[in-house]
Amino acid sequence: MTFVQKALARAAGVESAEVGQILDVRPNIALSHDNTAPIRKIWQRLGQDRVAIPERMAFTMDHAVPAPTPRHAQNHQEARDFAAEQGVSNVFEVGRGICHQVLSEEALVLPGQVILGSDSHTPHFGWMGAFGAGVGRSEMAVIWATGEMWLRVPESMKVTITGELQPWVTSKDLALHLIGRLGADGGLYRSVEFHGDGLEQMSIESRMALTNMMAEFGAKNSYSPADEKVVEWLTPRLAARKDISETEAREEIRDSILAPDEDADYVEEVLINASEVGQQVACPHTVDRTADVGELSTIKVDQAFLGTCTNGRIEDLREASRVLKGKKIAKGTRLLVIPASSEVMNQALSEGLIQDFTEAGAMIGVPGCGPCMGNHSGVLAPGETCISSANRNFKGRMGTPEADIYLASPAVVAASSVLGRVAAPQEVVS
Amino acid sequence: MPTVDLSQPLTGRVWKYGDDVNTDVIFPGKYTYTKQDPEEIAPHALEDLDPSFAGAVQPGDVVVGGSNWGCGSSREQAAGCLRHSGVSAVIAKSFSRIFYRNAINSGLLVIAMPEVVDLIESGQEITIDLTAGTVCSAGRSWPIPPKSDSLRSIVLAGGLIPATKARLEAGQ
Ligand code: SF4
Repeated sequence: MTFVQKALARAAGVESAEVGQILDVRPNIALSHDNTAPIRKIWQRLGQDRVAIPERMAFTMDHAVPAPTPRHAQNHQEARDFAAEQGVSNVFEVGRGICHQVLSEEALVLPGQVILGSDSHTPHFGWMGAFGAGVGRSEMAVIWATGEMWLRVPESMKVTITGELQPWVTSKDLALHLIGRLGADGGLYRSVEFHGDGLEQMSIESRMALTNMMAEFGAKNSYSPADEKVVEWLTPRLAARKDISETEAREEIRDSILAPDEDADYVEEVLINASEVGQQVACPHTVDRTADVGELSTIKVDQAFLGTCTNGRIEDLREASRVLKGKKIAKGTRLLVIPASSEVMNQALSEGLIQDFTEAGAMIGVPGCGPCMGNHSGVLAPGETCISSANRNFKGRMGTPEADIYLASPAVVAASSVLGRVAAPQEVVS
Repeated sequence: MPTVDLSQPLTGRVWKYGDDVNTDVIFPGKYTYTKQDPEEIAPHALEDLDPSFAGAVQPGDVVVGGSNWGCGSSREQAAGCLRHSGVSAVIAKSFSRIFYRNAINSGLLVIAMPEVVDLIESGQEITIDLTAGTVCSAGRSWPIPPKSDSLRSIVLAGGLIPATKARLEAGQ
């Protein structure tokens, strides 16, 4: 069986599952964020007094934080009240960070488990070898009410990454390369599994960027093996959350791991030689319109944005600071840096990265989604161009349909802010 | 806002668009946390794709799209805004999975007919007959691919919430 067959079978309480089978799956975690308040309204229409699974629900406040309007503030307030009323304790306040990053840091999801989120980037949790998929608001309301949801067991595709990435090339480039090569629907409905020695060499942060981006590939979920790096990343976090010893935490994580069988069936196999991948940029207005960074050096940049659940982690901030330290942002260009979580913010502060950014002339935002989906805090003006480390460059995504959004790695975003045009980091640092 | 009764044959005009139509152009992200109700969301349907749509769409009209219709965000209003603007169905070559689920769960009929889309033009009259299981346009008729009973019952109940409510009340 593939990973997804095993994970969905276990969550549905059955021995095995066939591709195409519809299973009633009981997720280990049901994630919602600023949309908790509207989901609650839908849930109320079901006529229940109590949700069925308060211990498995998790709310973050991240999409518009701190609240830009009274309406947004009211959404947050309703989520808090609802959590108190229903006994939901996994509530992560304004400023804690973006849902996918926070739930990873809190070790609320473990390898082999199932998380359903009313957020399209829930495939993110593939980084640890968990099943994560996005669902809609009505579905989340029904999960709260019944603890389960129908899911079709998808076909799987296998992406094998061999070799090593070139200097300044990142897993973001790899993801854009894959999406550019096979199209934004290249992984449609599928479970996209990553394997290979190229993947094993990658840091946890890099793997997160890769599986997170699979939402832009149409994937239902993504998977990267739960190896020792994953176990070691999660162990102290789980120990801290549950107040148990690291030995106990490590054992619990190891026991939870599911891996695909050697002879599992894949509908498609793709091989990527990492050493052949260059620095990629996705051009407006779709993620699969990719180009090499060098082809775009005439594109002037008004705003550079470093952040989001794709590339707002400590590794990303370090890469950007390698480019920016001691430099100034180009006149006429602004750089906005928003760490993905308070943990990332604290780490960046202690390493002096935040000061590197502010001395270069950058603005620092509150951990959260910021302008990623056009809510507030750095949205664009008509006619402007932004280069962003996010995952989505759809028309209108950052507030106005008349702006252009280019997507790239953190180092390319940083270099572009220094030169005021799309630029490779090698043009800024030797 | 008009919604449609799917148990009757429905005739309307075709509004045809291309491949990879994403949820941001179907329903702008900037409204997702501020606009939820049917009468609030319907006027923004396809706002960034076809500004003429929301003002001119009639009950029973059908949206036809290429491959990967509805890719992008999980926002349910992308399905809801179409349903509440009176659209009876979206026919496309393929759908993004979350849009597909949101549509079923919002009571919006979604039909994947990859071989038919190229034969239908904008502005043509089209009839969808769920009881007969056919789509007819320009003198031709095609069978609607069957859906599982559970998905069909969700659409006919008007969406996942009314269907689940009925199930909970029946103690199932
Ligand atoms: S950072 Fe952007 S893509 Fe990630 S959860 Fe927030 S809005 Fe969605």
